Amino acid sequence: MDYILLAEQFFNGFQLGIILFLVAAGLTLIFGIMDLVNLAHGTLYMFGAFFAATFVQLTDSLVLGMILTLPAMLIAGLILELSVLRTLYERDHLDQVLATFGLIIFFNELFLIVWGAEGTGINLPPYLSGLITLPGGITVPDYRVVIIISGLLVAVLLYLLVSKTRIGMLIRAGASNREMVGALGINIKLLFTLVFGLGAVLAGFAGMIITPITQAESGMGEGMLILAFVVIVIGGIGSIKGAFIAAILTGLIDTMGRSFIDVALMSFMDSVAAETAGPAISSMLIYILMAVILAIKPSGLFPPKGA
Amino acid sequence: MIRKLILAAPLAAMLVAPSAQAADDTIRVGINLVLTTPASIIGLNSKAGFEVALKHLGGKVAGKKIELIFEDNKFKPAIGKQKTEKLIKKDKVHFLTGFIFSHILAASAPVGLKAGKFVISSNAGHSMYSGKKCHKNFFNSAWENTQTPMAVGQMLNNEGVKKLYILAPNYAAGKQMITGLTRTFKGKVVAKALTPMSQRDWSADLSKIKAAKPDGVFVFYPGAWGPAFFTQYAQAGLHKTIPLYNAFSIDGANLPIFQKRKMTHLLGTMNANFWAPDLDNPATRKFVPAFKKHYKGQIPAHYAAQAYDALMLIAAGVRAAKGDMSNMDAVRRGMEKADFDSVRGKIKFGKNHFPIQDFYARKVVNKDGQWQLSRVGNAVLKNHAPTNSGECKL
Amino acid sequence: MSIQFLKTPRGIYNSLLILLCVFMPIIAPLIGQEFYTDVVARVMIVTIAAISLNFIMGYGGMISFGHAIFVGIGGYSVGILASHGIESAYIQWPVGILMSGLFALIIGAISLRTRGVYFIMITLAFAQMMYFLSVSVEKYGSDDGLTIDARSDFGLSFFDLNDAMTMYYTAFMLMVGCLYLNFRIVNSRFGRVLRAGKSNNERMATIGYPTFRYKLVAFVIAGMMCGLSGLLSANFEDFVSPDLLFWTFSGELIFMVVLGGMGTIMGPLGGAMIFLFLTEILSNITEAWHLIFGPFLILVVLFARGGVEGFLKKYEDPNG
Repeated sequence: MDYILLAEQFFNGFQLGIILFLVAAGLTLIFGIMDLVNLAHGTLYMFGAFFAATFVQLTDSLVLGMILTLPAMLIAGLILELSVLRTLYERDHLDQVLATFGLIIFFNELFLIVWGAEGTGINLPPYLSGLITLPGGITVPDYRVVIIISGLLVAVLLYLLVSKTRIGMLIRAGASNREMVGALGINIKLLFTLVFGLGAVLAGFAGMIITPITQAESGMGEGMLILAFVVIVIGGIGSIKGAFIAAILTGLIDTMGRSFIDVALMSFMDSVAAETAGPAISSMLIYILMAVILAIKPSGLFPPKGA
Repeated sequence: MIRKLILAAPLAAMLVAPSAQAADDTIRVGINLVLTTPASIIGLNSKAGFEVALKHLGGKVAGKKIELIFEDNKFKPAIGKQKTEKLIKKDKVHFLTGFIFSHILAASAPVGLKAGKFVISSNAGHSMYSGKKCHKNFFNSAWENTQTPMAVGQMLNNEGVKKLYILAPNYAAGKQMITGLTRTFKGKVVAKALTPMSQRDWSADLSKIKAAKPDGVFVFYPGAWGPAFFTQYAQAGLHKTIPLYNAFSIDGANLPIFQKRKMTHLLGTMNANFWAPDLDNPATRKFVPAFKKHYKGQIPAHYAAQAYDALMLIAAGVRAAKGDMSNMDAVRRGMEKADFDSVRGKIKFGKNHFPIQDFYARKVVNKDGQWQLSRVGNAVLKNHAPTNSGECKL
Repeated sequence: MSIQFLKTPRGIYNSLLILLCVFMPIIAPLIGQEFYTDVVARVMIVTIAAISLNFIMGYGGMISFGHAIFVGIGGYSVGILASHGIESAYIQWPVGILMSGLFALIIGAISLRTRGVYFIMITLAFAQMMYFLSVSVEKYGSDDGLTIDARSDFGLSFFDLNDAMTMYYTAFMLMVGCLYLNFRIVNSRFGRVLRAGKSNNERMATIGYPTFRYKLVAFVIAGMMCGLSGLLSANFEDFVSPDLLFWTFSGELIFMVVLGGMGTIMGPLGGAMIFLFLTEILSNITEAWHLIFGPFLILVVLFARGGVEGFLKKYEDPNG
């Protein structure tokens, strides 16, 4: 097997893992702390993509457009939380699944009408359109390096926020024992709103930085949502660490599977059968992984303490 | 009692929905297209093609009014089939047409044919219907799925491509494109990548292309796949070294989007098709400006041209039967004769009711500030019929 | 059910639903809309899937977000066998139902080890797995779906599913059968244990009921019933496609159950009826009907939690 190709695919899988982590981190926090199953989290990812594309087009600057997107995401997240989602905290999971399913349906249609069927996109400026040669002769586009570095940076900031600050302490406490935080006299409503806003910004950030590559289209959030659910379930709901490890794992397995399963299959079956079975197995791979992990550890790899 | 009435009222209201009662002086044409979801770029282009044709007919044929009834199949075969049933049973149409995607046609056409309606596919070219399952009431105003990639294969030979890397989504149409292409392409295929339909990030494949060093890349990425793939192809720097060829991925429907997004690396890329907006014949000369006026100033895509021909074909049938829709045989004979000005110039149908036609190489050019696909040289395939036409026993 | 019940709003509503199903093939041609006969046939077929989901979700507390998987398995059993020329109903139907049951046994045995949202997600994951499988297997149509040339053959001259009325009333009888079966099961000892397990799983386990086994049996029964819906759907549409397994269909099934009134015997029928007619009517009004439908769904969840049945019950007895 080609060593450079293997290394490049590893890099690509890692990048997918980073994006998955950004979406899954908010999802797992919102779920772990508010006990809210938010199917519309993928919709926030779509928000990020469309907001960023629109702001970049308006300002004609990638950096400026992206900077504007983050507060816009925060506002959008807060509006959603205050208008609909807040009322769902006290409801059971079934209600949450249904109501947020309704949100998905609504926003997909709305975005389709506002931005048209063709969606929209972001063009990279020339200074980000080049290629970087990494040690070992691997060439990757500049912008993909930007994604990985900025994603890792956000992951580190999130880690510091959760483990070193007072807010983070409350978040951790909330994830393992909700009643206790309430008993401490903390304004739990405010904490919930803030956590939701944080999750919205993280998902929006993911949608934003991926748009120059994948472009923005209505309905783009659902594929990501289901992957993110797989990630948080594997990682253990409420655990940021679990989400990170599971996201990278899922990203790598998905990318590696797509690249090498057909080659692996060809070694013991004929090429036509391998070409058919390869994509089938590789697209099922992460779901198989999830089923196996849950069959062994029904609360995921890193269940938060007390849950 | 009042309570009973309150409960019964909504049910009654549901049942007494407005019904388009059949008037005999109208020819009703049911058009099954995808008008929502991202795939609607194609459906809306076709819809405009039908509307322009209706305008050119003056809304009438053989003294009867033509009514177009559009239904949205939401890109789903099951819904497409339900809409077809609805057009037959509720709207009582005489003709069923439209159908962009082969899987939706495959689910819908049997319903229409069973009900004794004429079914005219204005795009979907399922090979089933050009071969074994050809039907006396089934017509196609476009092509059979493998014909266009066969033309691309021939074009690649002409362009001197020896080593080709192929990418297509992993579904039936994607596989048919590869089948057609490899039927005529004489060089070596270094790899065939069937990517998952949900894939929007081609980083893994682009790395493989770089490693394989082909002298041409062929893709079939229609709809929403196109913009994402082409952007990443350029980001990976491949557009400077390896020319990109395609089938059905760059067309009149998405060129305005590519132009708006300033994807200039697409200028000069080539594909093949039976039609180009600069073909020199009377119908095309009349159709292109009329379409431009009707639909957002856009130059029509081949989808619209096929839709135009589909309605003209229907009109030719009705005209031959002098407007008498009970005389199905006369209508069919009129359609087989196809005596009308086609966007192809003169249109000729084979026994299987698929056009026998020329295919041209086309190149993306910037003409008067508007990107379009311009014909390159003479036809790459002449008088070409679907490969499996012989299997049709009509 | 007593005669007295039939005079209550719920009784009238449910009788109307059943009467509509019985007489639709006669009413529709009278108003010149045979099309609606097809809509009601579809309603009855989907209702069977909704009854099955309601059985485990409304009575057993198992929120399956991948219930469409069994519709898909039932449907593809017919499609795959038919594509190999096996058209006998005596093979197709047992295979479809047994395959659904077998998958339910495997999926249930793994999924029921988990709780709450993990259960929701793992059932979703299994459905996605089968969805991708059905999309990938080109032999059986992949995403194009599989056209079925002939409906299940019972070998009886007077019972031929190709006849529209036979198909319609077969679906009707099977739906009524499933309603009755559901009614009998939930009121049996087994059903009482299942319901008790929903409200307090630990307690039931402590007093010695093997709740896991009870739930698994219920899951398998539901799987088989849902498979039946798939068998009928394949026969009625003459077509199966991966859409049958897609997660949005599972979500729609959940909504139908909630809309009709979760944990009620007749709820699924009302839910499916309203859902399908509403989508039919809304999509005729505007192509952007999702803009109305999405908020409607949210409003039902927020303000009409008990669905139609719950609303009528409150109406009958405001203090109850």
